[in-house]
Amino acid sequence: MLNVVFNALYQFQVSFSFLLLSAIGLAVIFGMMGVINLAHGEFMMLGAYITTIAATQGVPLVLAIVIAALGVAAFGAIVEILVVRRLYGRLLDSVAATWAVGLILSQGMLILTGPSMQGVSSPFGSFTVGQTSYSWYRVLLGVISLVLLALLYLLFMNTKFGLRARATIQDPAIARALGVDTPRMYTMTFALGSALAGLAGGLFALTATIVPFFGTNYIVEAFVTVIVGGANALLGTPIAAALLGAINAALGTKYGLYIGRVGLLLTTIIIIRVLPDGISGLLERWRMRPSGARSRK
Amino acid sequence: MRRGASLLKAENVAFVIFLAYLVVYPSTTDEFSIGNTAYFMAISLMALSLALIWGKAGILSFGQTAFFGVGGYLYGIYTLNVIGSDATWIGILVGVLAGGLVAAVLGYFMFFGGVNDVFVGLTTLALTLVLQTFMAQTAGPEWSVGEARLNGYNGMYVPQISFGDMALYGKPLYFLYFAIMIGVYVLLRWLAGSRWGYGLLALQENRPRTETFGYNVRLMQVQVFALAGGIAALSGVLYASWGSYIDPSSMGLTAAITPVIYVAIGGRRSLTAAMISSMILLQLSQSLASSAPEYALVIFGLLALLAVLFVPEGFMVALFNVIDRWLFRRSVRDTSQGSGEVVPGRGELA
Repeated sequence: MLNVVFNALYQFQVSFSFLLLSAIGLAVIFGMMGVINLAHGEFMMLGAYITTIAATQGVPLVLAIVIAALGVAAFGAIVEILVVRRLYGRLLDSVAATWAVGLILSQGMLILTGPSMQGVSSPFGSFTVGQTSYSWYRVLLGVISLVLLALLYLLFMNTKFGLRARATIQDPAIARALGVDTPRMYTMTFALGSALAGLAGGLFALTATIVPFFGTNYIVEAFVTVIVGGANALLGTPIAAALLGAINAALGTKYGLYIGRVGLLLTTIIIIRVLPDGISGLLERWRMRPSGARSRK
Repeated sequence: MRRGASLLKAENVAFVIFLAYLVVYPSTTDEFSIGNTAYFMAISLMALSLALIWGKAGILSFGQTAFFGVGGYLYGIYTLNVIGSDATWIGILVGVLAGGLVAAVLGYFMFFGGVNDVFVGLTTLALTLVLQTFMAQTAGPEWSVGEARLNGYNGMYVPQISFGDMALYGKPLYFLYFAIMIGVYVLLRWLAGSRWGYGLLALQENRPRTETFGYNVRLMQVQVFALAGGIAALSGVLYASWGSYIDPSSMGLTAAITPVIYVAIGGRRSLTAAMISSMILLQLSQSLASSAPEYALVIFGLLALLAVLFVPEGFMVALFNVIDRWLFRRSVRDTSQGSGEVVPGRGELA
């Protein structure tokens, strides 16, 4: 009995952490700029490659993942300045453009490094409960995702950057009038979201094979989590990841990976019918109800 | 007078030349090229469906390949199970209706839920990828519908379109595909110029304002989404029966981006540009495939990126506009503005 409960909890936290880590970078960018970075999966792929290459060169694993996050952040900043910035106010075009960037990245990686690369296996080994063996590393991923959320909360709530970022989200024009350099905020946020994608890619690199289409394994999860979570990356995304993680774990354990994915999509389609702005929209409405005077809209 | 003037523009001239070329083409070339061009025409239907939904209604759908796959698979499942002289023709209908129905259901949930813009893109892309992963795991014998084995990545066998017992190939198949493509194109041009088409144009610019004018915006979005889904499914049917084969990679990420790239490069606001440029780009991609297959998608990605950044109306539409302006300057007293409805729209932020 205990085994069953533990297994369910384990599956849930694995699903949760994969959904959260895949989606959080996408959600941060979306929440700030309304832009969906369709190269997100390829940014994760880039993180995975940087981690793998660094680790096979003898760089300690933790450092390799940090390098990956920083490298992808720098790349993201370049993409923002060269591409996304030119498309403010043309949301659909920015989606199409970032998709083209993603295509160039994955195909370019295929040309540069070939169809696959020797990966690094996940550290820490495994432990057994009852008959089943579990990976320590995947437990660690759950811990990392919670720590990451806490850090993001501190970043957005307790720093100058966070204050300016929230001001820009709330009203870009007023923020600009008060001296916030909003284009710079956008670039920094895009770099932050890219760093999170690189980090996720680096973390997942230890659990998967390293191929140029690495990102496609995670983007469905990232998309549905952002759709269900809505614009608030700090609240909406984790709740969505928990909700979808529960569904994914329940269906996935019972019927396999594919049915788990189908379940995610169907849940998402039903949720958008009820909550077009996702969980963030629901929370916003709920928060605004007692004191309507605080609302601008 | 005004009508006559507006008909004489580069877009229409290009269409007539294109039409004449395709009519003459089969008698100038070999069997293989004829079949190959029939395949291009099948795929260009998908570009047409995307130009309709993206260019005429402002809905960026990444799910056209999903409907393409639904059409192809359903056509195959039907024609493998039903034997009869006109089975393939009903099969086409089944495939198209299935694609349209899936699109209608998804569209209902999205548009009546109030989902728009980038979220439509995300949802449709998620649908595509989920369908792909689902079909990919159908390799086992338990995944069969009657006589039809889905076969996962090994691909499903699909019967060819046939008259009675005789399968169509060569010129008759070419002209069937030609008639279908041109038929769809003409239908869409007519629809785009109808009251309904003008409503679509309006809702693309400003949804709330269109709603206050009495248009049922959400219903129209579902309608156009379902229509585009049906056309994409038709494309899938023609593709699957052309090669007697369909597999899940036709719904993968790479497959999903290609129509978007064709339409972005050609010009999404013009059905003509989308159709012609997709045929040209398919030809280009095939010639690249023999020499440098990996580079084809990088080149197309770069072209699409350049188009979105610097020529947002698309290269072919830009060319049409240049020709129109040139003709306009040379022609005497042509009062109509050359380029018709091609006004790059200012998007609404959120």
